[in-house]
Amino acid sequence: MSAGALLSYTVKPHPVTGVYSGKLGTWLFLASEVMLFGALFSAYVLLRVGAPHEGAAAWPTHEQAGLSWKIGGFNTLVLIISSVTMVMAWASLKTGDLAKGRMFLALTVALALLFIVVKLVFEYMPKLNAGHGPWHNNFFGIYFTLTGLHALHIIGGVIVIGYFLLFGHKLWYKNPEYYTNRIECTGLYWHFVDLVWIFLFPVLYLMN
Amino acid sequence: MSSHQHGHGHQHGDDGHHDHHELGFWRKYVFSVDHKVIGVQYAVTSLCFLFFGFCLMMLMRWQLAYPGRPIPVIGPLFPKGMPDGIMLPEFYNALGAMHGTIMVFLGVVPLIVGGFGNYVMPLQIGAPDMAFPKLNMVSYWVYFVGAIVMMAGFFVPGGAANSGWTSYAPLSVIATTGQTVWLLGMVFLITSSLLGSVNFIVTIIQLRAKGLTMFRLPVFVWAQFVTAFLLLLAFPPLEAAAVLQLMDRLVGTSFFMPEGLVVSGQLQNYAGGGSPLLWQHLFWFLAHPEVYVLILPGLGMIAEIIANNTRKPLWGYRAMVYSMVFLGFMSFIVWAHHMFMTGMGTKISTFFATTTMIISIPSVIILTALVISLYQGAIRFTVPMLFALAFLPMFAIGGLTGLPLGLPVSDIQLHDTYYVIGHFHYVVAPGTIFAIFAGVYFWYPKVTGRTMNTALGWMHFVLSFVFINVVFMPMFFQGLAGVSRRLYDQTQYAHGSAVQNLTKMSSWGAWMLGLSQLPFILNFFMSFRAGRKVSDNPWDATTLEWAAPSPPPHGNFVTEPVVYRDPYDYSPRGVARDFLPQHVAEA
Repeated sequence: MSAGALLSYTVKPHPVTGVYSGKLGTWLFLASEVMLFGALFSAYVLLRVGAPHEGAAAWPTHEQAGLSWKIGGFNTLVLIISSVTMVMAWASLKTGDLAKGRMFLALTVALALLFIVVKLVFEYMPKLNAGHGPWHNNFFGIYFTLTGLHALHIIGGVIVIGYFLLFGHKLWYKNPEYYTNRIECTGLYWHFVDLVWIFLFPVLYLMN
Repeated sequence: MSSHQHGHGHQHGDDGHHDHHELGFWRKYVFSVDHKVIGVQYAVTSLCFLFFGFCLMMLMRWQLAYPGRPIPVIGPLFPKGMPDGIMLPEFYNALGAMHGTIMVFLGVVPLIVGGFGNYVMPLQIGAPDMAFPKLNMVSYWVYFVGAIVMMAGFFVPGGAANSGWTSYAPLSVIATTGQTVWLLGMVFLITSSLLGSVNFIVTIIQLRAKGLTMFRLPVFVWAQFVTAFLLLLAFPPLEAAAVLQLMDRLVGTSFFMPEGLVVSGQLQNYAGGGSPLLWQHLFWFLAHPEVYVLILPGLGMIAEIIANNTRKPLWGYRAMVYSMVFLGFMSFIVWAHHMFMTGMGTKISTFFATTTMIISIPSVIILTALVISLYQGAIRFTVPMLFALAFLPMFAIGGLTGLPLGLPVSDIQLHDTYYVIGHFHYVVAPGTIFAIFAGVYFWYPKVTGRTMNTALGWMHFVLSFVFINVVFMPMFFQGLAGVSRRLYDQTQYAHGSAVQNLTKMSSWGAWMLGLSQLPFILNFFMSFRAGRKVSDNPWDATTLEWAAPSPPPHGNFVTEPVVYRDPYDYSPRGVARDFLPQHVAEA
């Protein structure tokens, strides 16, 4: 039995399910990611509900926590724009324009890096300098865990997109559809990472 | 005509074959992307861990039966854990925690999912390989690294993790370094099972052979399908919990730490305000679905073997499939029945008691369907069938003894006693482990082209069946007498001393059970060389894996199989033979 027939759904969608295998796999992976962040958000709720009303372990206000909705809002905007550039990259590849596709991929990486820099310089550093590390109390603990894990996902995305930008595009010359599919799957992941932030932003910066 | 004969006439065309150039040793046997090689890697590794985990338990059984007496022969080998051959309490705790961890995460799950699932499932759906072969290889090697990390725990200061396989906080947060190693190991194992489960689901959805609709799938494939969803969705919360516990241990957060915790007279330096119960919720959110991960593939294997050896179609195939899917859903909303004693409140307890009673219904439907399947069958008492027949009452004992644990009123008496140990071991030991043995005897001819020895198989079965009951049956009575499950020396208490003879009985049973595995080990290795050579379909079975040559070549099938019928078309009317394989169009 030929290996070609074996993996024919890596590129072309399955006639019945309507998706190629990589896309289905990505969606399943994202389902498990929902459970990962879901568990952490649940932990946030439980810790917040159970926090004492006064003392060192009490839940801080936004001022006490040093959380500014302006910085958070700026970063939200950065990620939303990066989601748009990611879609543009895929759309460009769909129309057969590799150069434009790579340009949008580069933009996405740049925006992701901007997010990380803002996060580090305007969010993490001031808190750590004020002695408000994750050990300070459970708010800072869950704040650093949630946003840290999210930041790791951003960095993971930068690595993957960077790979397709710099090395992975060689696949384009052999099989453009395959390469476009990979960018589509990367995009799905990227939108998910943005979506996590869309939940994190109101939970951490807006609700009180 | 066997499909093997087709093989000689098979044309090696140029339509994308990648099997004509011979792969080197490393690519062929070590870093292979062939699902069969990976399946065998998983199976062999996890069988070794099953035996190792069992050895830890046999050591513990000495301390339980003869507390404070030096262990003969083996004791001097562990100068740290057993000075003068007498086991230290800390070492006992480490053995207990690691026994559970190894059996569940390094033994049974990798064996029934990674081993059997990987090998058999793609064959049963008529696929040439998994949907993502490289990912499949990665998931094995991540599992392997996780296993190495777990084992490294034994060599760090303070020894391996010793807070139980459940790692309850705050005890686990203040425990020795071994716990950190345990958490890191879990992160690897969770990642591995995540990659594996994505692969399984996509393979089953995308790569089924022509004509193989979902309701023509063998029950084993359905079981793997549901199991993969459980692994996919239940494990991430444990990963989150592991991250939080690592933060507590390494960064000094207090997610699971209450305020003002005093340990050995010393106030602990935590900000506090955390919740030990949060760990339990996150842990059991994984660990209850995990119970079904342990049993569903076993049920699937038993279903295959019962259909094959009764020579009639399974009774209630659809009911079994729907029950498994329903079990999968329900398993996500029963977790807190492990936590009745934590004082969650009556309303929450009532909810979880209700869902627990509901989830017992599909389990009973599956078991009933399997029992009714025996009725009016022309039973062949092959070795796999012996284990399958023993599985039914054993699993029933395990399941039914769980009901009193699902109701808060009776659980308060039985919680954390040996009764619980007896209950879940009946599900996983004479339950799942017997299913595993059945599966090994059943599919061994497919993997090697040879059968295992029948006389040794009978010996293995009879001895195992007797002694496994000697091990676990006394535990129910010990538990009813109130003996707590994690006691290092129950003779310190009057109610424990009173049932110490039962403990001795259990221990001797365990050692004899260990000896009873010798015929199996001997058989397993000897048959590889000396087993009787058999045809591609020695059991006269109907499902697709038997349409492939034994052992199947790279790419599995000689000609692409097409499916024409239901999975268990045994004893069809108007046919000379008593079975009609799925890939055969006409009688």
